[in-house]
Amino acid sequence: MRLDRRNVGRLVLAAALVFAVLVPQLHLTFGVLLPGPLDSVGSMNLLAIMLVAAATAVTLDIVFGYAGLLSLGHAVYFGVGCYSVVMFTGLASLDFPMAVLLAMLTTLLLSVIGNACALNLSGFGYAMATLALVQLLAIFIERGYAGSGGEVGLTYSLGVLPDSFTGLVNTRHLYWLALGTLVVVYGLARWAVSTQAGSIWQAIRENPLRAQVLGVNVYAYRLAAAAFGSFLAGVCGIVYSIVMGGANPSIVELTYSLGLILMVVLGGRGVLWGAMLGGLLYTYLNLRLASVATATGMQDLPDVLRVPLTQPKFLLGVVFVLVILFVPGGLASAVTARWRTRRVPATAQSPEPTTQPTKRASDEGHEQPDTATGPEERVSTQP
Amino acid sequence: MNDFVLIVISALGLASLYFILASGLSLIFGLMRVLTFAHGCFLTLSAYVAWLVVREFESASTGMLLIGVVAAIAAGGLISLVTELLVIRPLKGKELEQLLATVGISVAVVALIQGTWGPDQHLVEVPAWLRESTGILGTDIPNIRLVLIAAAVAVLIAIKVLLGRTRYGLVVRAGVENAEMVSALGIDVQRSFTVMFTIGGLLAGFGGALTAMYYRGVTPLMGDDLLIFAFIALIVGGLGSIDGAAIAAVGLALAQSLANFYIDSGAGDIVIVLLMVVTLLVRPQGLLGQKERLA
Repeated sequence: MRLDRRNVGRLVLAAALVFAVLVPQLHLTFGVLLPGPLDSVGSMNLLAIMLVAAATAVTLDIVFGYAGLLSLGHAVYFGVGCYSVVMFTGLASLDFPMAVLLAMLTTLLLSVIGNACALNLSGFGYAMATLALVQLLAIFIERGYAGSGGEVGLTYSLGVLPDSFTGLVNTRHLYWLALGTLVVVYGLARWAVSTQAGSIWQAIRENPLRAQVLGVNVYAYRLAAAAFGSFLAGVCGIVYSIVMGGANPSIVELTYSLGLILMVVLGGRGVLWGAMLGGLLYTYLNLRLASVATATGMQDLPDVLRVPLTQPKFLLGVVFVLVILFVPGGLASAVTARWRTRRVPATAQSPEPTTQPTKRASDEGHEQPDTATGPEERVSTQP
Repeated sequence: MNDFVLIVISALGLASLYFILASGLSLIFGLMRVLTFAHGCFLTLSAYVAWLVVREFESASTGMLLIGVVAAIAAGGLISLVTELLVIRPLKGKELEQLLATVGISVAVVALIQGTWGPDQHLVEVPAWLRESTGILGTDIPNIRLVLIAAAVAVLIAIKVLLGRTRYGLVVRAGVENAEMVSALGIDVQRSFTVMFTIGGLLAGFGGALTAMYYRGVTPLMGDDLLIFAFIALIVGGLGSIDGAAIAAVGLALAQSLANFYIDSGAGDIVIVLLMVVTLLVRPQGLLGQKERLA
C-alpha cells in the first residue's frame, strides 16, 4: 500500500476510531483537562456530548460546506429530533423504539417541507428564511406550546429509556452510542459527497448559474442536500436527547445554530473531518474552559487577563474572526498545508499550497479518483 | 378606547427602537451589501457605556442623561469604525465571510460583557420626568415612549437629509446603484463604506442609550434580542430601503403589541415571525426592496 495522502488520512482516522472505542476501558488521567479519569462518569458524559456535537457539525457541513447554503436554522432540525422523541414517549406514551422511528419520520418530513419552502430563496434570502424558522420554533418551545415544557425543558419519564442507557454505571453506553452516531453520520456524509450528486452540490456552490446553464436542476439538488443534512441533524438530536436524558430549550435557539456554524467554519468548511474537529474543539472549550481556568489558577489573574481567558465564547469568537481573516480554509487547511510542506520537499518552494488553502482544503474533503491527484501528492514516504 | 390609544402609542415607541437599529443595518446593507450580526452587540456595549457614565452621577438629572447618550453614541461609532477597518475592509467583496466575521464579533463581545459585568441586569437611573406620563387623548402615555418616537423621527429625517440633500448622500446613493462605476469616476467609495458603517454604529449607540432608558436597565443579551426584530423589520421592509424599514418597524410593532394585548400575551412574537415568513414566501424582496438585492 502506498502511503499517499489519502491512505495516511485513513490510517489516522482508523487509529483514532480504535482508540475512541477503547476509551471507556482506559483508566487514564489527564489532569485538569477532563473532569476525572478517562473512564469516569464525568469524562464519559463530556465526551459523549462532544461526539454528538461533532456529528451535528458534520451534518451542517453537508448543507453549508458542500451545497453552499448558509442555514441559520440547522438547530431547528436538531431540536425537533430531540424534542419530538421525548414528547412521543411522554405525551403519546409510545414505546421507545416506536418513538424514535416516529421522531425520525417527523424530522424527515420537516426537513423536506422546511427546506422546500426556504429554498424558494437563495443567498441571503435562504439565510433569512431559516432564521425565521428557528425563531418560530424557539418562541413555540419557550412558551411551552403543545406540551414542550417551556423554559424548563423536558425529561424522559422513568422507565422509558432502555435500561442500558440509564444509570451512572451505563454512561459508557451513552458514550458508545454517541461515537456510533458520529461514525454512521460521518460515513453517510462521506458517501453522499462522494457520489455524483455530491460533486453537483459543489458545482452549485461554486457557481449556481453555470450549473443551471449546464442543465442541472439546482433547486432539486439543493433540496436533496439540505434535506439530507437536516434529517441527519434530527437523528443527532434524537441521540442527544438520550445522552442528556431529555430536551432543553437552549438547543433550538438562534445562538445554537450560530454555534454550529462556528464549529464548521473553525474546523474547515467543506471538509468533513474539519467540521468534526471543529465540533469537538468548540464543544470542549465551551463546556470545559471555565473549570480548566479555575484549576490552573487563572482565577487569580487581574481582571484584564482573567475575563478574556476564562470566557470560552470570547476566545471562540476571537479565534473564529482570526480564522476567517487569516486561515480561510479553517483548521483543516492549516493541517493539510503543513502536512504537504513536510511531505513534499521537492515542491516546497512552490507557493501554491499556501496561496490556495481553501481550494486545496475542499479537494481534500471529498474522495477523488487517484487520477485527479497531482504528482506531488503521490510522493511516497522515502527515508 | 383608552387601552387602544395606549397600546398604539406604546407600540410606536417600540417601533422606534426597531427602526433605529434597522435603519443602521439598512444603510450598511444598501451600500456595502454587508449583513451584519454585530450590531446587536454594538448596541449592548453602548448601553453599558451609558450605564457606566450615568452611575457616576449622584442624582439623576437631564444633563447626566444627555452625557450618557453622547457617550453611548461615541462608543457605538468607535467600535464600528474599528470593526470596519480591522475586519470588514480586509474581507471586501466576500459577503459570506463578512457576515460570518460579524457573528464571531458578536459572540466575543457579548461574552466579554458578560464576563466583565456579569449576566444579570444592572439598573439605570433616569430623571424623574422620564418616569412620568403625559395625558394624550385622555390616556396617560409614559414620557419615555414619546421620547423614543421623537428620537426615531429625528433619525429618519436626518438620514433623509443626509442621503437626499448632501453631496455625500449623492455619492452614497450612486454607490448603492453601482459601486464600481462610482469608483471608476474617481470617487473614494472605500471611504464612504467606512463612514456608512460608522454611521450605522452611531445609530446602534443611540439605540443602546434609548434602550437602556426604556428598560431602565442593561443586560448582556439586550442588543441581540432587539437585533432579531430589527432583522425582521429589515426583511419585511425590503433590504436596503430606509422607508421600508420605517414602515415595517411601525407595522410590526403595532401587530406585536395588539396581538399581545388582544389575543394572548406572547402571541405578538409569533405574529411578527409569521409576518416575516409570509413576506419571504409572497414578496421575498420585502415591501419596498428590489428583488436583485436578495441574491
